[in-house]
Amino acid sequence: MILESIFAGFGGQGVMLMGQLLAYSGMYEGKNTTYVPSYGPEMRGGTANCSVVVSDELIGSPVISEPSIVVAMNRPSMEKFEAIIKPGGVLFYNSSLIDVKPKRTDIKVVAIAANEIATELGNSRVANMVVIGAILKSTGIVNIETVMKVLQEKVLTGKKKDLVGVNRAAIEKGMSLV
Amino acid sequence: MADRVMMKGNEAIAEGAIRAGCHYFFGYPITPQNEVPEYMAKRLPEIGGTFIQAESEVSAINMVYGAAGAGARAMTSSSSPGVSLKMEGISYIAGAELPCVIVNVSRGGPGLGGLAPSQSDYFQATKGGGHGDYRLIVLAPASVQEIIDLMYEGFVTADKYRNPVMILADGILGQMMEPVTLSEVKDLQIPPKPWATTGMINGKPQSIINSLGLAYEDLEKINIRLQKKYQEIAAHEIRFQEEETADAELIIVAYGTSARVAKTAMIKAKAQGKKVGLFRPISLWPFPSQRIQELAQAGKRFLVVEMSAGQMVEDVKLAVNGKTTVDFYGKLNGTIPSVIDVNNAIIKCFASQGVA
Repeated sequence: MILESIFAGFGGQGVMLMGQLLAYSGMYEGKNTTYVPSYGPEMRGGTANCSVVVSDELIGSPVISEPSIVVAMNRPSMEKFEAIIKPGGVLFYNSSLIDVKPKRTDIKVVAIAANEIATELGNSRVANMVVIGAILKSTGIVNIETVMKVLQEKVLTGKKKDLVGVNRAAIEKGMSLV
Repeated sequence: MADRVMMKGNEAIAEGAIRAGCHYFFGYPITPQNEVPEYMAKRLPEIGGTFIQAESEVSAINMVYGAAGAGARAMTSSSSPGVSLKMEGISYIAGAELPCVIVNVSRGGPGLGGLAPSQSDYFQATKGGGHGDYRLIVLAPASVQEIIDLMYEGFVTADKYRNPVMILADGILGQMMEPVTLSEVKDLQIPPKPWATTGMINGKPQSIINSLGLAYEDLEKINIRLQKKYQEIAAHEIRFQEEETADAELIIVAYGTSARVAKTAMIKAKAQGKKVGLFRPISLWPFPSQRIQELAQAGKRFLVVEMSAGQMVEDVKLAVNGKTTVDFYGKLNGTIPSVIDVNNAIIKCFASQGVA
């Protein structure tokens, strides 16, 4: 099984964290994985993206030209990456911030009102975790418990420990949407 | 088996060097390799090593010259424009026959260029860059694990031949994260260095390190000795990896990130019924010419893929020497060849040869 994914959005939406979370979870489950962040001028222009491959086999290219999934957290990201999704692939888009519909008909489209859902859960910053939940359910690439383990060991340490509950709630909510 | 940990390529350069016994780092910041000095600045003081952010690249490489002259395992890292600045020092180090490791996490040029990954420093790395008849041993990793492994091999090989080693990576390799296994280094293989300038203590005779040969016959002798050493390196330090070349009609030749992309393109082409293999040079100098020559004599054709206007392709053509065809697909600075691009290039090669 191989999952080639691109996560994109603007700075502060946690797209790099989403990618890292998936990459670490893949590693925790004994799979091969690569994570390539955008760096340099792109980073400084307000939009960020990263490419993550998770595979049972050795990974060739860490650079993805035909992603099987794309996560677009804002409109410029959807405009940039919708066109390159592999036919039959999935586009997860943040309908809270993207007011246009995707054009492709040969891919599966999952609209998630990530910001609204996160706010309802009591913490607007878990919007990215809602989308992670949808990806987990839709692809089955890694287990939610693995993701929670990575979150607890690598991200929500120290003072952030209290946030484990709301992150889990966000992921579970995302899973229930697909 | 040791646990797998997630590591960024630049961090792996630093951690791999420390594990290889390098406790001296001298550098000057430049994107996309800044995590190397960042990691070294944090780790080296913890283990009694020395990290110095020099006032310039020129200064940093000459600090490496000094530390290596005193017998220490020392390194510097930079990216393309910064490596250009180091070239005078590298020539001096090669002339003085000092072991050290220089890392180039290359980006696009010429001039100040851009920040995106590139492989357009192949000529500079393998064919000089600095003045004089010298050679660097140039190693090109293609994964984060291989970065760790080649940092060790780099320091060992540098010491073995008293010759500078360059690790040639690119921005993608520096920035990407992959799981790596950090196995314990049992033997650092540091040979005695009686030539090092460590002081005339306990009757140790005077050591003089320089790259000076003012008298014509002296300089000739130095160069004859250097060339003999380079021949020995060429005979013993060739590294490469072959995949599926046995029954291939077309072999892609690529190194570093391009080789990773080429591998996926090869798998795609095989699924399309094309007999394609992959040849990945790991030592760019010495270049695995002989093996490529053998493959050419067996009738294999070649497609060279690089993130440059075509640099390594010249070495492939020299090795093939007209026996079969050598095609080229390159992406110019700032863009990475995509799997689709390389797959299309493969299909074009087959079409132009009249093979379905």
